[in-house]
Amino acid sequence: MISSTLLLVLFGLAVISSVAGVVGCYAFLRKRTLIGDAVSHAVLPGVAIGFMLSGTKDPIALLLGGLFFGYISIISIDLIHRKSKLSEDTAIAIVTTVYFALGSVLLSVVSSMENGQQAGLKNFLFGKVATLTELDIWVFSFAAIVVLVAVVLFFKPFSLISFNKDFAAAQGWKTNNYETLISVLTVLVITIGLQAVGVVLMSALLIAPAAAARYWTNSLPKMMIISALFGILSGVGGGLLSLVGEDMPTGPWVVMILFFFTMLTLLFAPKKGYFAIRRRTQSNERKINEENVLKILHQLGEMGKEEASIGEMLDKRRMDTTVLLKTIKTLKKEGFIEVKDSKKIRLTENGKIEAMRVVRLHRLWELYLTQQLKFKEDHIHGTAETIEHLITDELEEALLKELDYPDMDPHAKKIPY
Amino acid sequence: MVGDAISHSVLPGIVIAYLVGSQTQSSLVLIGAAIFGVLTTIIIDFLYRKLKLQEDASIGLTFTWLFAFGVLLISFFAQGNVDLDQECVLFGELGLAFLDKIIIDGRLYGTKSIATLLPAFLLVLMFVVRGFKGFQLNAFQAEFAQTKGIKTGFWHFALMGMVSVVTVLSFESVGAILVVGFLVVPPATAYLLVNDLKRLHIFSLCIATLNILMGYFLALKLNVSISPTIITVSGVVFFLTFVFKTTKFRLFNSPRIPVK
Repeated sequence: MISSTLLLVLFGLAVISSVAGVVGCYAFLRKRTLIGDAVSHAVLPGVAIGFMLSGTKDPIALLLGGLFFGYISIISIDLIHRKSKLSEDTAIAIVTTVYFALGSVLLSVVSSMENGQQAGLKNFLFGKVATLTELDIWVFSFAAIVVLVAVVLFFKPFSLISFNKDFAAAQGWKTNNYETLISVLTVLVITIGLQAVGVVLMSALLIAPAAAARYWTNSLPKMMIISALFGILSGVGGGLLSLVGEDMPTGPWVVMILFFFTMLTLLFAPKKGYFAIRRRTQSNERKINEENVLKILHQLGEMGKEEASIGEMLDKRRMDTTVLLKTIKTLKKEGFIEVKDSKKIRLTENGKIEAMRVVRLHRLWELYLTQQLKFKEDHIHGTAETIEHLITDELEEALLKELDYPDMDPHAKKIPY
Repeated sequence: MVGDAISHSVLPGIVIAYLVGSQTQSSLVLIGAAIFGVLTTIIIDFLYRKLKLQEDASIGLTFTWLFAFGVLLISFFAQGNVDLDQECVLFGELGLAFLDKIIIDGRLYGTKSIATLLPAFLLVLMFVVRGFKGFQLNAFQAEFAQTKGIKTGFWHFALMGMVSVVTVLSFESVGAILVVGFLVVPPATAYLLVNDLKRLHIFSLCIATLNILMGYFLALKLNVSISPTIITVSGVVFFLTFVFKTTKFRLFNSPRIPVK
C-alpha cells in the first residue's frame, strides 16, 4: 500500500503544516487570527489568475498570484479601517467576501477555458492532497524553508513585536517593516497550504496548533516546536484519512483532527488546562475551609469550650454543613483534630499550633490595617478573612517586626503566639 | 464577527436537515440551522470563558471546525444528492433557483425561493419599520436606551434573529460565505455616504438592488456564476465609493462626523 508517491505527499503535508504551525504562533500571539482567515479566502483570485497567465497549474505562478492577492487584501483591510469610519470587523468581512467572490468568478472563467477542467482548481476550495504533484511539493518545501529561515533570522524582532509592539519600537526596531514581513510570511504560508487544505479552512491550520501549543509552554521557541508538531500530526493524519475515500476533501479532515487535539489540550494540559486549573482552585478552597474550621475551634476554645459539637461550630460561623463534615474528616486524617466518642470535636496539639497561626495572622493583619494604614475598626474584618490564608511566613515575620510583637488586636482580643 | 462565524457554522445543521427531510423543507432547515447557531455561540463562550482561550482564536476555531464538519457530512452522505454538494455550499445555486417552480393546477405561481424569501423580506421590512426606534437606540446608545427603560436585550436578539433567518434562507441561493458579503457590503457602502440611519437603510437597499441587477446581467453576459459576480460588482461599487470619499468628494454636504 505504501508507495513512494504516498510518502512524498505525506512529506509535503508535513512540511506545509509544520511551517503553518510555526508562523501561526505569531498570528495567535498578535491576536490576528481572524485576519488570517480573511487572507486565506482572499488569495483565491491570485490562484485563478496565476493559472490564467501560466496556462497550467504551475506551483510558482500560483504562489506568486496568491502572495500578491494575499498581501493586497491585508493592505485593503488596513486602508478601509484607517481611512473610513468603518470598523475593522466590517473591513475584514468586506475584503474576505469580495476577494473570495472575485476568485470564484475567475475560477468559473478558468473552468470554461480549454484546459481548465483538468486543472482541478476546485480542489483549492477544500483542498485535495492527492492532487499535489512532485513539483508542487518541492516548490512548496522550498518556500517553507525560506519562511523558516526568515523566522530564525528575525526571531528577536518578531517575538518582541508579537508580545509588546510599543516596547519593540522603543528599543529602536522598525516595527512597521517587521510587521509587514510577518504578514508576507503568513500569506506565503497560506498560499503553500491552499492546495492541500483549501482556502476555506486554511486559517484553522494557523490558529489551532498555536492555540494548543500555548497551553503547554511559556517559551516561544518551545511553543513553535510544539505547534509545528501538532500541525504535522493533524496534517498527515487528515491527509491519510482523506485518501481513504474517493471524493474526500482533505481540509475538513485536517480541521477535525486539529480540533480534536486542541480540545484535548485545552481540557487536560498540565498547569493551564481546564482540569488543572479546577484542581488548583479546589485545593485552594479545601485549604481555606480547613483553616476556617481550625479557627472556629480556636475561637470556641477562647470562650472556654475545649470541645465542640457540629451544631455549636455552625452557630459560630455560617458554613455549608456538608462542607464542614468533609473538612472535619480531612482534618482528622491529617491529625489536627480528634473526634471524641460523644461526637464532640477538639483540637490536637498540632491543631492548636496551626489554629493559632491562622488566628494570629488574622489579628495581626487587622492591627496592621488600623495602626499603619489608618483603617476604621469596622472595615477591617473582611480583608483579614481573605488575607489570613495567603500570608507567608516571611510576611508574618515582617508584620510582627513592623508592629513590634503586639499582644492585642484592635478588638482587644489576644494575639496568640 | 460572530455573525460571520455563525453563517459558516450553521452548515452542519442545514446538512442534517437536508438529510433527514426527504426534500428541501425550509422549516426543517431553519430549525437545524438555529440549533447549530445557538451551539456555535455556546462553544465560543465555553472556549473563551471556561477554557480561557483568547477570543479571536475561540471564534476562528469554532466556525472552521463546524464548517469542516458540515463539509464532511456532505461528502459522506450527500453523494449523488443534486440539491447539495460542496460547491453549492460555497456559492449557492442562484442560476438554478428558478428551476424550482411552484406549479399548481398547471399554472405557474412563481419559484420556491420567492415563496420563502418574499414573506421573509416583508416580515423583516415590517419589523424594521415598526421597531425602528428600538433598533436605532440599541445600535447607537444601548446604555442610554437601558436608562430609558427599553429592553435592549429584546432588540439585540430580534436583530440577531432576523440576521440568522435571512442568512439561512439565503443560503440556498448564495452559499455560506457569500451571504456575509450580501449582508455587509451594501450597508458599508451606504455608510460611507450618509450618516442618517433612515437614509442609510434606503441607500443600502438601493445600492444592493443596483449591485444585484448589474451583477446578474454581467454574469449572464460572461457566462459565469451569478452570486460571486454580484459580490464582485458590490466590491467594485464599494471601492469606487471609498475612493470618492477619501478624495474629499462630498455628496449632500453631509458633515463627516465619525459615528461609532
